[in-house]
Parts: sequence; C-alpha cells; structure tokens
Amino acid sequence: MVRKTIRNIPQERAFMPVQDPEARAANFDEVALGFDEAAALLESERCLMCPEPACIAGCPVSIDIPGFIEKLLKNDYRGAYDRLTDSTLLPAVCGRVCPQEEQCEGVCAVAVSGGLEPVAIGRLERWLGDKAIAEGWHKSRHIEPARFRVGVVGSGPASMACAADLAKAGCEVTVFEALHAPGGVLRYGIPEFRLPNSVVDAEIGQLETLGVEIKCNTLVGRLFTVEQMLSEMGYDAVFIGAGAGTPKFMDIPGENLNGVLSANELLTRCNLMHAGDFPNYDTPLGLGKRIAVIGAGNTAMDAMRVSLRLGAEEVHCVYRRTELECPARAEELHHAQEEGIAFHWLTSPVELLGDAEGNVRALRCQRMELGEPDESGRRRPVPVEGSEFDFEADTVVYAIGTSPNPILGQTSKIRLNKWGYIETDETLATSLAGVYAGGDIVTGAATVILAMGAGRKAAESIRQYLGIRD
Amino acid sequence: DFPIVTRTDFSDTTFLLEILHPAMAKAAKPGQFVIVMVNEHGERIPLTIADFDRQRGTITLVIQAVGKSSREMQAECRVGGTLFGMVGPMGIPSHVSDAKKVICVGGGLGVAPIFPQARAFKENGAYVIGVVGFRSANLIFWEHKFRSVCDEFIICTDDGSAGLKGLVTQGIEGAIAEHGDIDEVVAIGPPIMMRACAEATRPHKIKTMVSLNPIMVDGTGMCGGCRVRVGGRIKFACVDGPDFDGHAVDFDDLMQRLKRYRPQEQQSLEQWDENCRRL
Ligand SMILES: Cc1cc2nc3c(=O)[nH]c(=O)nc-3n(C[C@H](O)[C@H](O)[C@H](O)COP(=O)(O)OP(=O)(O)OC[C@H]3O[C@@H](n4cnc5c(N)ncnc54)[C@H](O)[C@@H]3O)c2cc1C
Ligand SMILES: Cc1cc2nc3c(=O)[nH]c(=O)nc-3n(C[C@H](O)[C@H](O)[C@H](O)COP(=O)(O)OP(=O)(O)OC[C@H]3O[C@@H](n4cnc5c(N)ncnc54)[C@H](O)[C@@H]3O)c2cc1C
Ligand code: SF4
Ligand code: SF4
Ligand code: FES
Ligand SMILES: [Mg+2]
Repeated sequence: MVRKTIRNIPQERAFMPVQDPEARAANFDEVALGFDEAAALLESERCLMCPEPACIAGCPVSIDIPGFIEKLLKNDYRGAYDRLTDSTLLPAVCGRVCPQEEQCEGVCAVAVSGGLEPVAIGRLERWLGDKAIAEGWHKSRHIEPARFRVGVVGSGPASMACAADLAKAGCEVTVFEALHAPGGVLRYGIPEFRLPNSVVDAEIGQLETLGVEIKCNTLVGRLFTVEQMLSEMGYDAVFIGAGAGTPKFMDIPGENLNGVLSANELLTRCNLMHAGDFPNYDTPLGLGKRIAVIGAGNTAMDAMRVSLRLGAEEVHCVYRRTELECPARAEELHHAQEEGIAFHWLTSPVELLGDAEGNVRALRCQRMELGEPDESGRRRPVPVEGSEFDFEADTVVYAIGTSPNPILGQTSKIRLNKWGYIETDETLATSLAGVYAGGDIVTGAATVILAMGAGRKAAESIRQYLGIRD
Repeated sequence: DFPIVTRTDFSDTTFLLEILHPAMAKAAKPGQFVIVMVNEHGERIPLTIADFDRQRGTITLVIQAVGKSSREMQAECRVGGTLFGMVGPMGIPSHVSDAKKVICVGGGLGVAPIFPQARAFKENGAYVIGVVGFRSANLIFWEHKFRSVCDEFIICTDDGSAGLKGLVTQGIEGAIAEHGDIDEVVAIGPPIMMRACAEATRPHKIKTMVSLNPIMVDGTGMCGGCRVRVGGRIKFACVDGPDFDGHAVDFDDLMQRLKRYRPQEQQSLEQWDENCRRL
C-alpha cells in the first residue's frame, strides 16, 4: 500500500448535502443531511493514519479515530462502529453536535500541517451512528448477574454514559429523570433540525437494551434525597448528572416584562412541549415578530433559529463581544448567518423598555469596544460612553449562560463549591461516600462529549469503589 | 402512569382528585406542589398538594376548572383512569414556625392548599384561626375538615349566603381586632386576595406568608418562567418558593405576568369547546 501523504489524498472534503437556507428556515427538518456511503468512504481516504494521531488526543473521550476509519475503509462497518463505541455511547449525537473544530478536527494533521480542511471526523461518526440505528446494531449486555445497584440522577449525556458503562459491568442501574422524557439538554434544549428526537430516542433505546431502567417524573432531592438512595433505597452507589440548567438574567430594569424569557424556556416550550404545534399541543409560546436574542453561544443560535422556524419576521443577535469570541460551534454560526439572522456585535443591553400593557417593546443598548484581555484571555468589552440607542423587539430572549440547579444543594449535605456546583476530587467522588458526580453540574455549562467523558470516568471510579473487576 | 383513586365534585367548577403515589405521599409536606400532565399533548400545570395520606399512599389535589387544561381534567379524569404525568413534591415546604397564634387564610383555589398548613400549625401546638372565602354557600367544601384543625373557623361569602358577608380581609381584620397577639398570617389564593391580606396585616406588622402561583413549565428551576419579584430581587418561585414574605412581594409584577398567554389560553379554550361540541 502506498503511504498516504498530504498530496495523494483527496484535497477537498467529501460532499455533504445541506438543506437550502431558505427552505430550511421554514421547517424543522435536519439542516445537515449527512454523508452517504460513497461520501463516507471518500472522506475516510483523507485520513493519513498518523502514527501519533493528534486527533485522538484532541477528543475528550480519546476515540481511536484512525482505528475506526481504517475499518470503515475496509468496508467493515460493524467493526468500525464497535471500535468507535468502545469510547463513545452516542456517536450519532456527538457526530452532530460536538464542537469538532476545537477538538479532534482542530488538531488533525491534514489541517495543521497540510493546510487543507481537516478530516470530517464528526460527519464520519454520524454516518456510522446513523447506520447502527438503521441496522439495529447494539452493544450486547455483559451477562454477569447484577451484584450491585446504582442509582443515577438525571438523564443527560453524563448520566447516559455512566449508566451504560455500569450496566455493561453488570450493575443494575436505575436512572431518575425529573422531566417526563429522558435525554437532558439533548431532549429539551437542542432542536430537532440539529438533533432529531428520533436519534435521541434510538440512543436511549440502546441504554434500555443494556438493561438500564429509566424512571421519568422523578425529582431527586424532593421525592427522595441522595442520602436516602444509599440508606433506605438500597443503592450501593449514586451518580449525579443533574446538569447546570438554571438560566441567568442580567438584573437590568425591565427583565420581568412579558415577552422576555430565557432560551431554556423558549426551547423547552418548543422542543419538549411542542409549542410550535399549538393548539394541537396545549403549551403556548406566544412568540412575537421581531426577536432579539442576547448572547451568541450554541443556546443563543438554537433560540434564534427556532424563532425563525416558528415564523418570526426578523431575528437579531445582540452580543457584547465580536464574532471572533462567539462561543457557538462554527457550523451553527455559519448556518444562522445563512438563514438571515442579523448579528449585532459589540452591543449590550442596559434596559428593557415596555408598553402600557407590560409587554416588552425595545431594548436600550450600549455599544462596546474591546479593552484589555480578561482572565479568560479574551479582550474584555468595555462600554462606549454616550453610545446608548434603542432597538425595537417584541420578544427578548436571554441566552447568557446558566448557573447550577439548586435543588440537590437544598436537600442534601453534599459539598458545593462557592459557585454552587458540586465539588468532586479527580476521581469525580463527591463529599458523600459512594456518591459521584459529573457533567455540567460539576464543570458548569460545557459540551455533550465532555459530559459523556465525565460520566464514563465516574463509572470507572464507581467500579473501583464497588470492587468490580473486568 | 398515575392512577386516580378518588374523585369528588364540590361544585360545577371545583373538584378533587386523589392520586396513588406512595413515594410522594411519604415525602410530601405542607406548601409543596406537583406538576401534572393530563395526556401526552397536555401542558405541565402546577397544582398544590391539598392533602396527602401516607397510609393509603395518596396525594389529594383540588382543582378549579378555569381554562383548557383544567377543564380537560374535569372532563376526563375519572376513578380508574390515570394521569400521563405527575412529578413532585416540588418547592420548598412551608416553614411551619412555632408561632403561638396564627390565621390561615384561603380563598378561591387557595382554600384546599391552606388546609395542610392549618393542620401542621395545629400539630405544632398553635392556636389556629381559619378564614376561608367562597362566592356563595353552595360552593363551600371541607368545612368539617377545617373545623377539626381550627380553634376558630370563619367562612366569608361574597353574597352573604353563609358566614360573614364580605371578603376574607374582613375576617382577618375581625380576628386581629379580637386577638391582640396574632404571630403570623398565612394566605393562599388569587394574587389580588393575597395582596389584600398582606395590606391588611402590614399596619399591624404581623408576619404574612403567601404562596405564589406564577406560570410554570418544568418546576425544576430550569426555565425561569416562574420568576417573581420579591424585595426588589428576582426569584424562581418553583425552587426558591413558592412561599414568600407577602410584605416584600411585588404583586403587580405577578399579576402582569399571569396575563402573558391570555390570547393563546382563550384560543385553546375555544378550540376545546368546539371539539367538545362536535363530539
Ligand atoms: C440549547 C443548547 C445547545 C447546546 N448545543 C451544544 C452543542 O451543539 N454541542 C455540545 O457539545 N454541547 C451543546 N450544549 C451543551 C450540552 O448540551 C451540555 O453541556 C450537556 O448536555 C451537559 O450534560 P449533562 O449530562 O451534564 O446535563 P444535562 O444535559 O443538562 O441533563 C441533566 C438532566 O438532569 C435532570 N435533572 C436535574 N436535576 C434533577 C433532579 N434533582 N432529579 C432528577 N433529574 C434531574 C434534568 O432535568 C436534565 O434532564 C448545548 C446546550 C444547550 C442548552
Ligand atoms: C405553585 C402553584 C400551585 C397551584 N395550585 C393550584 C391548585 O391547587 N388548584 C388549582 O386549581 N390551581 C392551582 N394553580 C393554578 C393552576 O396551575 C392554573 O389554574 C392552571 O395552570 C390553569 O390552566 P388552564 O389551561 O386550565 O387555564 P388557562 O386558561 O391556560 O390559564 C388560566 C390562568 O392560569 C394561569 N396559568 C396558565 N398556565 C399556567 C401554568 N402553566 N402555571 C401556572 N399558572 C398558569 C394564568 O394566569 C392563566 O391566565 C397553581 C399554580 C401554581 C403556580
Ligand atoms: S466525540 Fe467529538 S471530539 Fe471526539 S472524535 Fe467524535 S466528534 Fe471528535
Ligand atoms: S490527525 Fe487527522 S489525519 Fe491524522 S489520524 Fe487523526 S484524523 Fe487521520
Ligand atoms: S417553572 Fe421553570 S424555572 Fe420555575
Ligand atoms: Mg392552559
């Protein structure tokens, strides 16, 4: 076999069809349509099979990327899937939502030393994940009889990954979810056109085939406490993946006006409660025509693009830094721009103005300029004196981040850090013996793959704690 | 699914459901609430836990049919049926203080929820004065239940068809005038009533707790839809409440926000009526 070099691989990325911007802005179908088999094979040709692959180090769960691509190239798709799912439970999810440009693809040799577009690792994963769903492939359950019972709080990616690993290790796992449907942010936050519910259902189905029991409508802390899970309910260990979840506001005048809401509320009404299909579904949304979204992360992009699809005439993004600092996935920002969303960089609201009925009618904004770098290394935005101006909007959406959900802290003796996140050591053990935690409730809002990585790490620690060997 | 084991109709708008949920019956405390979904298409609506029976493993809800979801419950929830979703208990339980003498006030949809609080104060050894308001005599329910936990029980009716003619605030003022030593007032009902109660006690500097009922979705602190203004600060009623100091609550803000979805609620109700007629 000829050794692959940067010159003899396909120079361009394989083609992935995308729904036309104008059409997609009016529907909830997926935007990125994914590779077909030929494209997946073509794209796989672009991997250099680096002896020391940077991409693996760039992936938070260390997926053997050249390993699965090699099998894919040999048309051993099942083998490729098995290799992939040694490290990730949710390839169809991560392939769609990972910020690849900052992780695996960001360090891929094809881009870093070759100057080409990196291997489309995420798209290959998605293709394999979707193929597995279509073919009904799943990881078989470890048949060892269950010797231990583990309770899991929350059903987001951290919990799903932890539950899967423990089930495979022969534990009897029960997942408790407060909402009436499982999946965490994958269900209530990330919209259908980026991550279809059918994909989330399929991945949760995988958990169930592993024997994991999922109990929805269960608010841990209030129905029973974490301590009671260990003492009265007979769980040998507990994993907490409760997410960050609580939306932040800015504490400026006018925030309680009607028409002002968090992106979480908008997305929950739409994704979880189907408000887009009101009145066939009972949950209303009452979206206006001119929407302003404050913030520019993934949550903001999703809120804007959902608004557009629900019939908003104009959607505006208001962000106090510049496009360079925008924390959203590159692909989402790009798609949002294509769909006609207007971006107002270096702009920050100082007050929300209402009409006589108590509805929001405008934002009073201030222009910003970039000053000295702050702790995060990004240049700090500073207000420009006398630059206030009013900006009309009949719906204002806050997407400026989240803080930790307070319920477990209110109801358990578990130690929190000064920001209210659960404190853990490097094994993800909390201050309560036998209780581990991971994902957004430990790190603050992060990513799906980091949450999954934490869930797997905690599963490993729980195995050690329980003395389970391979 | 959550089985419905009892249903009692108090009037043509108010009805009681008892739901089997042993774990919740064990955990529930006065002042907490649940979020219910009638069916898969339903909205998530918060309802106060009006009573719980640890022995029977049940939770009691008392519901006023006001709009689409509550009317649908009224039409469809029968003994032997189930609710699609019910989660709770939610919210911080009421703080049952060691007050010696309290007035527990309930009006409208607040009559049932004030009951477990009155009982808890009684169990704590307090002298309990119950004040409840109804539109007229035929709407009265739970009178014997209240009498069994109240040292004094005052019924107020709008039309004077039973008890005192007038608003619950008159009942409160009367009780304050009669007893110079009221330590605490707890009021649950429509915002306008709770505000009036808070205003009635303010001059007497009597601690007054109210239970706020803003529009909720998840009830877990995740959406921020339930935010209320208390002492000039934003609070999420589902996780920071629902009980707050009535003298610090911005009731105008609450009432304004409760109107948020009026047009949609109207539309939803009209379509429901239309569908019912067609059947
Ligand atoms: C709109 C949006 C878009 C995003 N887009 C991306 C993206 O494109 N790519 C990416 O990598 N990341 C994205 N993220 C971030 C990512 O979704 C999160 O980092 C990740 O979901 C965190 O996983 P988790 O398991 O820690 O918690 P979550 O996904 O938040 O799940 C926590 C679950 O626990 C439940 N829960 C909480 N408390 C309790 C309790 N007491 N009892 C029972 N259940 C409880 C909650 O209801 C929830 O279902 C996005 C986030 C949002 C909000
Ligand atoms: C903590 C709490 C406890 C409550 N306890 C009870 C109770 O014990 N018994 C009872 O009958 N009612 C109770 N309510 C009110 C009850 O939730 C509303 O009456 C119900 O949601 C109305 O729904 P609907 O579709 O029938 O009427 P709609 O026509 O949709 O609404 C009627 C009015 O109810 C309010 N409302 C609408 N949706 C919601 C919502 N999702 N959450 C809160 N309020 C809403 C609005 O002000 C609206 O104008 C409580 C509310 C809260 C927040
Ligand atoms: S999980 Fe995410 S970071 Fe890891 S290889 Fe897949 S796309 Fe890249
Ligand atoms: S760094 Fe890029 S080229 Fe190298 S092995 Fe990883 S994906 Fe292939
Ligand atoms: S109801 Fe969503 S935060 Fe309170
Ligand atoms: Mg309603």
